[in-house]
Parts: sequence; structure tokens; C-alpha cells
Amino acid sequence: MLKTLKPAWIAILVMVVLAAIPIYAALASQPFYVTLFSRIMIFALAAVALNLILGFGGMVSLGHAFYLGVGAYAAGILTAEGITSGWAHLAAALAAGLVFALAIGAVSLRTHGMIFIMITLAFAQMGYFLVVSLKNYGGDDGLPLPTRSDFGIFSLANNTVLYYLIFVCLAATLWFFSRLIESRFGYVLRGAKSNERRMLALGFPVFRYKLAAYVISALVCVVAGFLLANLTKFSSPSYMAWVVSGDIIVIIVLGGMGTLFGPVVGAIVFLLLEELLSSWKPGWFPGIEEVINKHWLALIGVFVIVVILTAKQGLYGQLVGGRLGKRMANGGAASSGGTRHA
Amino acid sequence: MSAAPVLSIKGLVKRFGGLTATDHVDFDVLPGEVHAIIGPNGAGKTTLISQLAGELRPDAGRIEFDGHDISAESVPARSMLGLGRSYQISQIFREFTALENVMLAVQAHAGSSFSFLRPAIDETALTLPAAEALELVGLGARQHEVASAMAHGEHRQLELAMTLATAPKLLLLDEPMAGMSQAESESMIALIKRLKGRYAIALVEHDMDAVFALADRITVLVYGKVIACGAPADIRNDPAVKDAYLGDQEEAI
Repeated sequence: MLKTLKPAWIAILVMVVLAAIPIYAALASQPFYVTLFSRIMIFALAAVALNLILGFGGMVSLGHAFYLGVGAYAAGILTAEGITSGWAHLAAALAAGLVFALAIGAVSLRTHGMIFIMITLAFAQMGYFLVVSLKNYGGDDGLPLPTRSDFGIFSLANNTVLYYLIFVCLAATLWFFSRLIESRFGYVLRGAKSNERRMLALGFPVFRYKLAAYVISALVCVVAGFLLANLTKFSSPSYMAWVVSGDIIVIIVLGGMGTLFGPVVGAIVFLLLEELLSSWKPGWFPGIEEVINKHWLALIGVFVIVVILTAKQGLYGQLVGGRLGKRMANGGAASSGGTRHA
Repeated sequence: MSAAPVLSIKGLVKRFGGLTATDHVDFDVLPGEVHAIIGPNGAGKTTLISQLAGELRPDAGRIEFDGHDISAESVPARSMLGLGRSYQISQIFREFTALENVMLAVQAHAGSSFSFLRPAIDETALTLPAAEALELVGLGARQHEVASAMAHGEHRQLELAMTLATAPKLLLLDEPMAGMSQAESESMIALIKRLKGRYAIALVEHDMDAVFALADRITVLVYGKVIACGAPADIRNDPAVKDAYLGDQEEAI
């Protein structure tokens, strides 16, 4: 029955629910929901960004947490130096992200497959140890931000304002990517994933298109990192840890790679499970809560395995499986088991 | 033989370890001509095509295309100059529809693809030529079929449509009839006959009926060496060719 739902409607429904969370939190006097869902949307943003190159371009980067760190430390370091302007933070974050992404992408994208995974991981680890070595900026203790970035016209000191800033970033990215994927650039990206050899023979200098996609993906992650530092008022080396890169990939696979909205669903499910299991008090059986609260990570692992074995296209991918609104409208049959871009 | 050749290669050598897969090959294609390359399995035909397209770098020799030395050019650069290559094993985008496959081929030669917001499917400058190329190869009615759901013979037609859509000056066709049924082969031969004259064509093919039906000239490759080059009638009667290649096949039949 769910399969008859148009994918766009599911996505819109989820976005409407996300938009309503602060209202619900206020009515229920549960301000905690605002920060929880802020965090969820930040990881959704990072996952949507990585999925652009992973799901649509076939580039499995295991180093995207590095860009979260770049965004977080741009805000942290500038604040520590007395520059509190959010515009300056954002500009510095994007400029640094651009330089790093161009350099790392130019080297990494000369490789393919497993080597690409390893080389992106290696670069991220270099970034991780670089910030750990920044003793002036907290070293491995991380760097607290006494105040949030100051945007002048609106104040992020209010959690709800920050929430809606994150929401707008996520919605804008989803809109932009939905256009991008159907554009000329999107076709080149998907063509390169499908058959790079043929793309070259057709005359596409594939490398520069892949690099551009890598940079776009990295810059959106930088924005996610900037938002994360503002949410937690903290820049931590742990944002750059390879485990975070891995979590983002798990979120993508859980939600459905090759779908635009899948990573958002993946982030919601993954982070809610993390939250629930680590503090769950079911009370059916003596001692069980202690086991669950302690080993929630293992339980998420089991859940992810079950999802991947039963729903190969991820939770959202399965939900919208076989349907691709736009293509159906154009009179073409949707591909079976191929790409979905709802 | 007065016009300047579209493609001219001289002294081309490619070695894989101790094996000389291309052994001082000279070869040229004149405007509007079909020049077939034949030879037994392992003669180095696909190796030769791959060097022309730029996927393999020769160890020695010179490749001239349309008056330029392209020996050092990349694969995409050669395609942009007008060298259109089709593959023996269909290289298509399986997730895309037939129209999208050919559209990408048109797009490669229709300006920059750094366009991020406009849906490509709405650009008639891409879809119309793509639909035309599909019509030409006989897939007009199958535009919206996803490539992975199409039959092998249709993949071969799609392969050719993509190559044609890059508006090449020279077609490098690597066994366009590979794996086709008798009927499909015959319609492919008829199609290439229609293309003849419009494009210069270098044709690698195993099917001797096809080669003798289409070729203006034939080059025979054995163990990487050219053992004969000439008109079909001369090749048919060449004792060295009979010995190395055609003779064997006739006996086998």
C-alpha cells in the first residue's frame, strides 16, 4: 500500500514534521527535542552531502567527517581569536573547505574503488591528528565556544532560531540537489558512476566533473560542521574521527543510497535509535536495561544488518521502490533496482 | 586515392611484455571510405582500435587524425576532435533509458555540462538529436525503455547510436555485429551501408560476409603485423591471406 505513495509526498511529510518539532517541543515543554532534532538534521545534511558523490557518483569517501571538522574548527578558532561574526565564520569555513577539498579531491580522484576509500580515510586521519596537535586551540580536549556565531540580523543564542537555520540549510540543499541530479551535471555524475570508460569515450573529461561534485559535497559538509559547532558550542577533534565518517555512510545505506531523501530518513532512524536505546527503561526483565543501555551500539548494528539484508535499497529506498515520479510522468518505465532520485 | 586520409598511422608498435601486439603497423582511412581490419583471434585488432581511441598508449609510431598528430591526446580529447568509437562489448549506461544514453552522447559535444539547475531532459537541443540517432539505428520505438531491460541486439544498436550522436568524422567500429543473430546482422550491415560515404569508417569485423559486403579496402592483421592491404577482390585472392586466415576458415566450414 505504501508503495503507491508518491516519493515526493513522503519526503514533504517528513519535512513538515521536522518543521513542526519546535512547536511540539514548546507545547509539550520538552526543549530537549529541539536540540535532539537539530543534531539529527545536521547529520542528515552531512549524509545528504556525502550521498551526492557516494550514491549518485559512486565515490565512496570514508573521510567526509574531516569536512565536518573544518566547519566546526573555523567557527571555534575564529571565536577563540575574538572574531564572532557568523558571516566571517561561514566565509572562512567555506574558503578553507574549498582549498582542502580541491587539494584532497585532486589527489584522491586519481584512484578508484578500494584505494579511493583508503586514501580519503588517510586524509581525514591527517586532519584529525592535525587538530589534536593544535595545543593553542584545545588539542585533544577540543575547543569550547563561549558564544554562538553572531549573524547580526538573527541571534543563534536561541535554540529555536538555530533549529530553523539548520532546517533551512537542509531544505535548500535537498532542493538544490534535486535539481542538480536531473541537470546536465547530474547526468554526467550518474553516467560516470554507471560507466566511466564510456563517458571518456563520449568526450567527457570526467575527472573535472567528479572533482566539482566532490567539492560541492565537501562544502555542504563544512556547513554541517559549522552548524554542529554552534549547536554544541564546542569544536571537538572527535567530529573528525573516522568513526563519524563511518556513521555517515551507515546512515546513507540505512536510508537508501541513490535516493536523495534516503539519508534524511537514515539520520532520523539512526540517531533516534541511538537516543532511545542508550536510555531505554523497558522494565520487563531484571537487568535488561543495563545490557541494552550499555550495548546499544551492538543493537543498532543488528538492526542495520537486518535492514540491509531485507531492504537492499534502504528504508526509504524500499518505501518508494520502483517508483520514480518524474520518469513515470515522462512516460518511461522506471528502472528496476537502479537509481531513485526522489 | 587523391584525397588526404582522415586517419593515418605510421609505424605503430605496442608491446605487452614479450608479445608484440601491434608490430609496425601502417594504416589509413580515406574520407568516406570503409576500411576493414580483419585477422584471426589474437591478431591485435582490438589493441589497434584501443590505441586509435587513446585507451592504450603505443610504444612507438604516430597517429595522425584530420591533419593533427593525436598520439599524445587523451580519450575525451580525441572524441572531441571527431573520433567516434564503438565497443565490441556494449558499453552502455544500464540504468538509463535508451534516450538518456544517447542524450549523454549528444551532451558531450553540445557545450559545457557545468549546468546545475535546468533539467537536461527538457533541453530539446539534446533530446531531438538523440531521438534522431535512435530512429536511425532502428530503436525509435524503444526510446523510453531502460537499457538494462533491452535485448543484446538492441544494445548493439544503442552502442552505435551513441557513437553516431557524438557527430564523429571517423567511426571506429569494433565488431558491431558481435553476438547478433543472422537477421540482426543483416539489418546492421544495411545500416552501415547507409552510413557509408557520410563517415569515414574503420571496421573491425569477424563476419566475412559483412566485411566483403561493406569494405572498400581490407587490411589483414596476423600476429600484430599487416600481411596484406588492398581491395576486397585482391585480398580474396592473396595467397598469404588465404594461407593465414581465409584458407583456415574455409577448411573449417
